[in-house]
Amino acid sequence: MTAATLASAPKPRTAWVQPSILPGFPLAMGWTLTWLGLIVVLPLTALVIRPWELGLAGVWESLTEPRVLAALRLSFGAALLAALTNVPLGLLVAWTLTRYEFPGRRIVDAFVDLPFALPTAVAGIALTAIYAPTGLLGEPLAKLGIKAAYSPIGVYIALLFIGLPFVVRTVQPVLQDLDIEVEEAATTLGATTLQRFSHVVMPAVAPALISGFSLAFARAVGEYGSVIFIAGNMPLKSEIAPLLIVIRLEQYDYAGAAVVGLAMLAISFGALLAVNGLQLFLAGRGRR
Amino acid sequence: MNPTIRLPGLAPLFLVLTLTILGVLIVLPLGVVFASALSQGLAAYIEPLTHPDALAAIRLTLTVAAISVPLNAIFGVAAAWAIARFEFKGKSLLVTFIDLPFSMSPVVSGLVWVLLFGAQGWFGPWLQDHNIKIIFATSGLVLATVLVTLPFVARELIPLMQDQGADEEAAALTLGAGGFTTFWRVTLPNIKWALLYGVLLCNARAMGEFGAVSVVSGSVRGLTTTLPLHVEVLYNDYEFVGAFAAASILAGLGLVTLVLKSVLEWRHSGELSASRRH
Repeated sequence: MTAATLASAPKPRTAWVQPSILPGFPLAMGWTLTWLGLIVVLPLTALVIRPWELGLAGVWESLTEPRVLAALRLSFGAALLAALTNVPLGLLVAWTLTRYEFPGRRIVDAFVDLPFALPTAVAGIALTAIYAPTGLLGEPLAKLGIKAAYSPIGVYIALLFIGLPFVVRTVQPVLQDLDIEVEEAATTLGATTLQRFSHVVMPAVAPALISGFSLAFARAVGEYGSVIFIAGNMPLKSEIAPLLIVIRLEQYDYAGAAVVGLAMLAISFGALLAVNGLQLFLAGRGRR
Repeated sequence: MNPTIRLPGLAPLFLVLTLTILGVLIVLPLGVVFASALSQGLAAYIEPLTHPDALAAIRLTLTVAAISVPLNAIFGVAAAWAIARFEFKGKSLLVTFIDLPFSMSPVVSGLVWVLLFGAQGWFGPWLQDHNIKIIFATSGLVLATVLVTLPFVARELIPLMQDQGADEEAAALTLGAGGFTTFWRVTLPNIKWALLYGVLLCNARAMGEFGAVSVVSGSVRGLTTTLPLHVEVLYNDYEFVGAFAAASILAGLGLVTLVLKSVLEWRHSGELSASRRH
């Protein structure tokens, strides 16, 4: 009897929210969940459910259309290439901005964020004007036999522009906090500049470089405004995945548009998981 | 801490490379916008900006931002209060959902609203029966903009309020202040610069958003074209000077945002979230 009573005695209830003397949790939380539900969850539910109106075979057919596969390949391929290029470029810019003092450094630093602040359509037409066959840089490139605008190279250039600040801004704080004395110690102990970079600086900034890469990649995959003007949008050649969504919507193929949108979301999510895995692996190695 | 050092050997090389990268990749496009807009002289620059369609586009852009930004500012404050001041289960999941719009394609952020409210959307027929128009109308533009800009204010406030802790609010409450007074007199003054910073970024994105609004707009000239969409319409009509003239206003907005943002980072760096302190 006593044992049974003890077992059924009220345990300390594990509450969903820890008690606090601060007021306003129900209101703040209620508003947050309502807003998030209406603006993010409900619309995304539609994105996840609507493709299946076509049935499993229909989704597969819609997804494996050569035009769709080519567009997905271009969007993810160009985004990957641009984000990879932005890693060394961003590291170099962040290094210069944190390690050297020069007149106008703060202004140069502020300009790094311009791709965040400049509307994408503006960047799109400006980049097109520069890299078109008659443009400032397009003309010399054309003479070298490189067709920059209206080709996948144009897509790559636009994504380079969009992604650079992500890498700079994630690496910069890490470089700022990196203790200069550790590097000096390495030098005192006889490390060459290259060794100091590869054995002291790189291990410290690697996680930030990876986050910067993944942010730039995620942004580039879905980028639309800065790309469509410069891409030329030729089916199978320079057509990006987001444009295919727009085209399918114009044909009132809602489910088909949702198929492309859902595929993009799924692949991005997979890439994000892979990047997180890499981060964990690096963190684990660092601890050992 | 200022870890600036001098490495006479490499510094000039790094500096030249950095300035080249930023110059070609970032500053050149900005310069091209203004140069192209003014390429046919001042009169040709002003003329397309005074066209009724351009004025309507500016008005619509301001309207959409004026509705979307305050809504997401209120959301940001509410979310930060719940997340930074209380411990509850599923917090990291909630933060993930708040960040989600950042990793969605702008086109998908427009698409989802068409899937709900478009002619063949879930609620499409019902809306049609009741003569309510969301897609191809201002409300659709607002919904798309709100989705795209949802994380901006919350992202600035959550880390800052987590850093600050709840001690000051707890002290105010202990001394007998009411909940609202505490928020108004203690919390808000502590977060005002970060709030402004978030609103600034949110507004820049709201006014400049292109992909999401282009999906829900239908681009009816003078009716549902915001300024970025107006740029596209003119550009596709080969009215290049007009397109760049409209673009120059948006570029000006971007520059103003950049200046205000830098001023906040320089003057009030201690009152912004740690990642914003330079």
